[in-house]
Amino acid sequence: MSMYLQQLINLIQLGSIYALLAIGFSIVYGIARLVNFAHGPIFMVSTYLIFYFATFMYTVTSNSWVVYACSLPFAIIFTSLLAVVIEKIAYRPLRGGPIVALVVSSVGVGMILEYGVLLLIGPVPKRMPVLIKDIPFMIGDAKISLASIVIIIVAIISMILLSLFINHTRTGVALRAVSQDPIAASFMGISRSLIISVAFILGAVMATIGASLYTTIYFTFAPYMGDRVNWYSFIAAVIGGIGNIKGAVLGGFLLAALNVVGAMVLPVSTYKDVLVFAVLIIVLLLKPTGLLGKKIIEKV
Amino acid sequence: MKKVVKKVLFLCLWLALLMLLQQTSILSNTLKLILQYIAIYSIMVLGINIINGYLGIFSLAHAGIMAIGGYASSLISMYLLKAPIFFPINLLLGGFVGMGVGLIIALPSFTVKGDYLAIITLGFSLLVQSLLQNIDAIGASRGLRPIPKNTNIFWVGLTLFLAIFLVKRFIGSKYGRSLLAIRSDSVAAELVSVDVKRTKLIAFGLSSFLISIAGGLICHLLSYTNPGAYGYSLIIEGLIMVYLGGIGSITGSILGATIWQILVETLRFIGMWRWILGAVILISLMIFKPTGLFGNKEISVKWLRTIYTNVAQKLTHKKGGRV
Repeated sequence: MSMYLQQLINLIQLGSIYALLAIGFSIVYGIARLVNFAHGPIFMVSTYLIFYFATFMYTVTSNSWVVYACSLPFAIIFTSLLAVVIEKIAYRPLRGGPIVALVVSSVGVGMILEYGVLLLIGPVPKRMPVLIKDIPFMIGDAKISLASIVIIIVAIISMILLSLFINHTRTGVALRAVSQDPIAASFMGISRSLIISVAFILGAVMATIGASLYTTIYFTFAPYMGDRVNWYSFIAAVIGGIGNIKGAVLGGFLLAALNVVGAMVLPVSTYKDVLVFAVLIIVLLLKPTGLLGKKIIEKV
Repeated sequence: MKKVVKKVLFLCLWLALLMLLQQTSILSNTLKLILQYIAIYSIMVLGINIINGYLGIFSLAHAGIMAIGGYASSLISMYLLKAPIFFPINLLLGGFVGMGVGLIIALPSFTVKGDYLAIITLGFSLLVQSLLQNIDAIGASRGLRPIPKNTNIFWVGLTLFLAIFLVKRFIGSKYGRSLLAIRSDSVAAELVSVDVKRTKLIAFGLSSFLISIAGGLICHLLSYTNPGAYGYSLIIEGLIMVYLGGIGSITGSILGATIWQILVETLRFIGMWRWILGAVILISLMIFKPTGLFGNKEISVKWLRTIYTNVAQKLTHKKGGRV
């Protein structure tokens, strides 16, 4: 019984992190129509930013809550700036051209970020200082760490804030309008360039929050981790229905469930990747636009 | 008739040249190796280009297909047909195995479109990789070794010649034109009675065949292989070579592979920086010429001649111009 409770909490914390990543991926796709291969690398860069801010903050104070509360906004500001700059340099000149060019360009951006970090900092994995203090406590005979509860709470708060932003602010409404119909939105006086920048910022913010939570669980991180994170968020977003935020959350939790249950049930835990891809392919074959995706009507 | 004679003559010359390179030591071993890399990746890029360029589907399946082709032909030459004479047969068998898998991948492309197809093919590639990493009978993540070192410049050159010939004939055929019609508009193509499903099947089959053969060649060249080689980085490298050279161009494919391999090999001394340089080249290419260096043009004597006459005209009419 206690094992199941522990696994359930595991599942929820992993699911909320995947959901954050998938949301970032999905927003960028919904607005800019870009399968963003640079999403994982941005996540990776943000872990390094958090790492350096946190190590710096630990020289000032030893309270982990203060460190977390200070280094996260710093990292968010810098990754957002990075995302805007990338959009200006690598994606904006390509607008209106073939979509594949945009995707290939994002592949290039991902490479630059990955090898840039490799060159500047080196390939040796680093260990994140404690961001969220882990105080284990017991429910019945199940050992539950406070960190996982905090992770879940932080993820839920950021999702609520995001949905408030999207549903109740002018920018949020503009965001939805562009994702629904870019041309009609521009007739209403919405600047598409501005909204695309906002989308990239939101994607980067979600990736940074996700990164801070991810490294709280796994501690070590290296330049190469971006790739894996990239296709995990890609898969979660697509299973749910890419461009759809609710779908991204659903996809994130589904992916986490596959991971946790797969590790419990399968004889060799490395087979769980096989399971994930198999489920992905089957879902897309049955529902080609994802679980919550809208049906695309093709016009000639 | 004359054309056939010309072609046969060209093939003979090509074979003689290959034999010369193979038997004598005009070229150093490193140079030979680089040439073989270029030729093998050209074959792979030709294969990718059929789907990503001519058919216009954004597919990421090439890493998985290459792994299957490479593993299949390596396993055959390690356990079944061990003698070096059987090498071409092994390559072909590996190619057919890859082709079979490619036909299966073509099935989702009937219903799934665009980015969703991209993720299915990406999922396929990574699925193959993690399967290979887990199956103990074929070495799991240790990979296969020793694979007989059968690949040499002769076989690679001959295969490249045949691959170019095959793709050229295919693109010029009825199916090649159907391919272009589907790329422009698949629904409209269907309305003018292009058999979309059949064409897609054939395109995926041929593409996978070529990619698998390239996989087999590279395994027999390096004499070992492991699942790690067929991951995300191979997918991205394949994309770079295709979009560097030109989507929908045979000469572009070969040039893309050549430029990228030369960049990667000659810039070894700058280490990791070459990847950043490659990425910068890729992004600037997408910004300034999104269809790749050669787009859908082919380099030929005729093309060079028109360029020459254009330039010459511009030079002579520099001042004043025509009245």
